[in-house]
Amino acid sequence: MPPERPFPPGEYPVLVVGSGPGGLQTSYALSRLGIEHAVISQDSSPGGMFQKWPIYQRLLSWTKPDAPHERSSRAYEWYDHNSLIAEEPELRATVASEMDRSHMVPSREEMERGLAAFANRGAVRVRYGCRWESTRPEEEGYVLVTSDGEYRCRAVVFAIGVTEPWKSPIPGIEDVPHYAETPPARAFEGKRVLVIGKRNSGFELADGLEPWARQIYLVSPRPVQTSVIALSTVRVRYYEPLEDASWGGGTFALDAAVERIDRTPDGGFRLHARGTTRPGELELEADAAIAATGFRTPLQDLHDVHGIATVSDGRIPALTPYWESTTHPGMYFAGNAMQGAAGLRKNGVGSASGTVSGFRYNARLLARRIAQRLGTRPAWRELGRDEVVPFLLSELRSGPEIWTQKGYLARAVYPNGTTGIVPLAYFLDHCEQGSLALTIEMNAEGEIYPVAYVRAGAEIDERELPSQHLNDFGGPEYRRALEALA
Amino acid sequence: MAHGEDLVDTLRRFNLFADLDRAQLEAIADPDRERSFAGGERILRRGMSGSGFYVILEGEATVKLGDEELNRLRPGDFFGEISTLLEEKLTADVTAESPMRVLEIPGPKLEAFLLSYPKVMLRMLVTEARRLQEVLAWRS
Repeated sequence: MPPERPFPPGEYPVLVVGSGPGGLQTSYALSRLGIEHAVISQDSSPGGMFQKWPIYQRLLSWTKPDAPHERSSRAYEWYDHNSLIAEEPELRATVASEMDRSHMVPSREEMERGLAAFANRGAVRVRYGCRWESTRPEEEGYVLVTSDGEYRCRAVVFAIGVTEPWKSPIPGIEDVPHYAETPPARAFEGKRVLVIGKRNSGFELADGLEPWARQIYLVSPRPVQTSVIALSTVRVRYYEPLEDASWGGGTFALDAAVERIDRTPDGGFRLHARGTTRPGELELEADAAIAATGFRTPLQDLHDVHGIATVSDGRIPALTPYWESTTHPGMYFAGNAMQGAAGLRKNGVGSASGTVSGFRYNARLLARRIAQRLGTRPAWRELGRDEVVPFLLSELRSGPEIWTQKGYLARAVYPNGTTGIVPLAYFLDHCEQGSLALTIEMNAEGEIYPVAYVRAGAEIDERELPSQHLNDFGGPEYRRALEALA
Repeated sequence: MAHGEDLVDTLRRFNLFADLDRAQLEAIADPDRERSFAGGERILRRGMSGSGFYVILEGEATVKLGDEELNRLRPGDFFGEISTLLEEKLTADVTAESPMRVLEIPGPKLEAFLLSYPKVMLRMLVTEARRLQEVLAWRS
């Protein structure tokens, strides 16, 4: 029997494009709110980028199969940064249950299986093999032309990842294969390898190549920052090549602006660069080269024809705090592209919206937002007067949304006793008198502490609560502070 | 903007970065430092801590205290340095008046940034001196 192909072309209130974690999470959240929608994907199965990347098959975000909280609980989400979130126990922690525990971070396959389990256990239906080809704005929404026909919708959610290979405009880089084209590590046996880029993908390659390559040169203009995790350009998991570099081993992490890359007669590469942190000319030769220069959102005609606003050199759509295009109302982004809504970045700390751990929560808020746009009013939890402080204390202790999306998502309580998670930037500019929001934040020294925001008159009163050596924000000191605020 | 070359070219036109060579500009022109705001969106909020230093790449912003407009900022102008350097809460709102792009140096990194590029620090100081001069001239 041919596989079911739901959602034929036609008119739907909401259209979701993509079947990676962002698309699956958004569709799940819309369904929970009873919002009719279609999901289309050019792929043939769920998983998105995790069907092929990371190249060297191991993620960088952790999942602890055993943790202080039960896997079926909401509090466990903080220990599992890769599974999608759900209300039903059988849909929770699906990546954790796939792990063989050889590492604290899942393999690519374990991640893919975990996402497929989420989709297949009845959570999400997708029309696979349906490719979005072009877009037509209309007065009341959008028409998406696809390989299967036209879809008309009032709101569209692009969950298409940040997956299109992007190279910096360096003369000669056209001859350098992109990260996405990297062959298995054994192909680099005994070679000197030049990696353009010193971010996660560059270090992922270096980490994978260390056992094979003779020497590795990582080159980019800006130095690697490692001081505080939330501010670093490279995750701790990839520090091994840096350790090698610091000892003067076979790996070099060079800060230099690349001027051009030439081919050598023997098929290798010669790099011409100018030092940044250490001035001077730099030339080096390598047998192989890889451009780990990043990716962009595959915006197709949205960028070139419809002029959608972008950030990061045109690579990411510019989004409002509720992940709507700043230039195209009714057009939303889910998944990795949610980093286009940067949030406040207090103390230079960015959001987790570029990873599953963060954007899974954003997707739930996005679904509510879209539901409101369509004229429904999703219910929020209501707290009795005596419930407010105990509830907020438990949220400060283990609320996974505010712990994962530090200084980006907030736990809000409104004067009528309703409570929900909101983007902090939105709360600050739109909350009503007497509203309270709580976040967990981090400073430049890596210290973690709660912050309360209270609307009083035209101003927001920002109050930092003290840190605590075990990060336990549920004690009497915090109770007293919250009682005074609430 | 299509690629990284443009961010370098944009920065090169600004007085603040006029002394830097291309390699230095490339080191500053980190696409991850670029922020975008819709017209009407607030960039900085009075009373908040932990903000950074911003250079306007494109668009205009107003500095407001309540409803009173204190200043209007244009491409090449910078803001946020006072609360960052003094480690104090913001004393005014900054709102995008049109779609804006800014380059952000996070607060905790401003000192290291200025020490790495003393010529930028000097140009910043000259601008601050002019602003002070204007205020003094207005009061006398």
